Amino acid sequence: MSVARFWRKQPQRYNLIGTSCETCGRAFFPPRSFCPECRRDGKIVDHAFAGTGHVVTFTIIRTASEAFEHLTPYVLAIVELDEGARLTSQIVCTIDEVSIGMRVKNVFRKLGSDGESGPLYYGTKFIPVK
Amino acid sequence: MRKVAVIGVGCTPFGEKWETSFRNLFVDAGARALEDAAISGEQIDELFVGNMSAGRFVDQEHIGALIADYAGLATKHVPSTRVEAACSSGGLAFRQAVTAVASGNADIVVAAGVEKMTDVGTGATVDTLAGAADREWEGFPGATFPGLYAMIARDYMHRFGLTREQLAMVAVKNHRNGARNPNAQFQKEISIDTVMQSSLVADPLRLFDCSPITDGAAAVIVAPLERAREFTDTPIQVLSSAQASDTIALHDRRDISTLDATVAAANRAFQLARLERKDIDMVEVHDCFTIAEICAIEDLGFCSKGEAGRLTEEGYTALDGTLPVNPSGGLKACGHPVGATGIKQVYEIVMQLRGEASGRQVDGEIGMTHNVGGTGATVVCSILGVV
Repeated sequence: MSVARFWRKQPQRYNLIGTSCETCGRAFFPPRSFCPECRRDGKIVDHAFAGTGHVVTFTIIRTASEAFEHLTPYVLAIVELDEGARLTSQIVCTIDEVSIGMRVKNVFRKLGSDGESGPLYYGTKFIPVK
Repeated sequence: MRKVAVIGVGCTPFGEKWETSFRNLFVDAGARALEDAAISGEQIDELFVGNMSAGRFVDQEHIGALIADYAGLATKHVPSTRVEAACSSGGLAFRQAVTAVASGNADIVVAAGVEKMTDVGTGATVDTLAGAADREWEGFPGATFPGLYAMIARDYMHRFGLTREQLAMVAVKNHRNGARNPNAQFQKEISIDTVMQSSLVADPLRLFDCSPITDGAAAVIVAPLERAREFTDTPIQVLSSAQASDTIALHDRRDISTLDATVAAANRAFQLARLERKDIDMVEVHDCFTIAEICAIEDLGFCSKGEAGRLTEEGYTALDGTLPVNPSGGLKACGHPVGATGIKQVYEIVMQLRGEASGRQVDGEIGMTHNVGGTGATVVCSILGVV
C-alpha cells in the first residue's frame, strides 16, 4: 500500500475515528461520507469510537497473503463496537482463547510493512477484555 | 423487450493449464461456441467479456480489444466490452449480452468469460482474490477471501447447528458430479474423510471446502428467440437474468449468514420469468466454498434458513435428488476461473436442457444459475428453459 494511501487513513486506523449521521444517529466505521439511510438529508460528522465491543464471528487464518504469512496462524474477527458499527480486525490472543460474544477493546499495533526497508503500517487490533 | 435465446455454447477444459495462454483460452472457448451455433465471425454484432483481474494475473488490461483482435473481429470493428464484478464477472457479461439482444440493440451477441490464474504464485493469487472484498477495511487488516467465508461458516454453524460433516458432504457431492464432467478440473470422487483430513485454510474451512485456482474460458452466443431456429434445432430460452448489489464488506451486511443480494436477484429473476421455486429442475450455484452452497440453496428460496445442511445430507441436492445442485461439479470440482465461472454455469444449464450432459445428465426443462461476486456484494441469477 502506498504511503499516501495509508497516511490519509491514519486518523481512522490509529484512533478509530469514524463518522456518524446527526440526522438519524447511526455511527459508521469504516467512516462513510454519505448516510445510506438519510441520503441527502443526512449530516455527517466525525465520531470517535470508544473502542469496546464484542466478537460477532471469527476465523483462524492459516493460509495468508504474502504480507501476513509470518503471522499465521492468527485470529481474524468481525467486531461489533458498542456504538453499533462493525469492522474486520485481528484479535491479539491465542487461537483457543477467542469465542463468539467475547468482549474486546482496541489496541494500537503494527499491522505490517512494505518489505524490509519500507514504511511500517500501524493500526487497530483488539484484545480480550478480562 | 424481445425474447432471447442461447444458440451456441463452448467451454474449455478447466484446470492448471500451464501450456495455454490467456488469449488461447478465450479463442478456444469462442471457437467452440461459434462451431456449436454454426455461425461465422462476420455475423457477430457485439462481444461482452467477463474477466476479474487480467491486470494482476497476466499484466494485461484492455481485454475487450484483445479478445476482439484474437477472435478475428478487430478489423471488422465489432464492439467488445470487458465486464468486471470479481467472481461474478461472467454472470454480468451474460446479462449484458441478454440485455443487448432484448433491447433490439444487437442480434447476435457473444458473452464470454476468461481467467488465467496460474501465471502468478499462490500468495499473489490470494492477494488478488482478496481484492474482491474491501481492500482498505477487510484485506488490509489481514482478511483473506477464504477467511471471510470462514467467518460466514462460523456464524452459520453457531446459529443453525450445521455440522462439519454436513459441510463436507457438499464437497463430496460436487466431486461426485465433477467426476462425470469431462471439462472438470477434478474428475475424482472424494470421501468425507478426504475433506476432514485436509489441511485447515481458515477455521472451520479446510482445503477441500475451497474451490481451486483454475485457468479456463467459456462462451455462449445469444440471439433473438424469433431468429434462434436459423442457427440451432435446440434453442434454450433465457427466461430472465437479474442482478443485485449489497455492501462490499461482509461486516456491513444485515445478516452475516444471508446473502441479501442473492435473495433480491433470485426474487427478481423468478418475478421476471413468472415462475416459482418448484418449477426449477436444476441449479448451478456459486459454491466458491462449501458454506456458500449451503447459503445459496436457502437464499435462492429453495428451503428455509438452516435446512440446507440436512437436505444435502439426505441427497436432495444430488444428481438423482429432487433438486440437483451443481451437476457440473460446481466451482469446487469443475474449477473456478473467476471471470469464466458465470458463463460456465450457463453453458452447463444449456447442455443439461438440451440433453447433452451425458454422464451427469439430469431430467428437466428449466434450470437456473447463481453467480456471486466477492462475499455477496454482486449477485446475478438467470433462469433458462427449453423452448
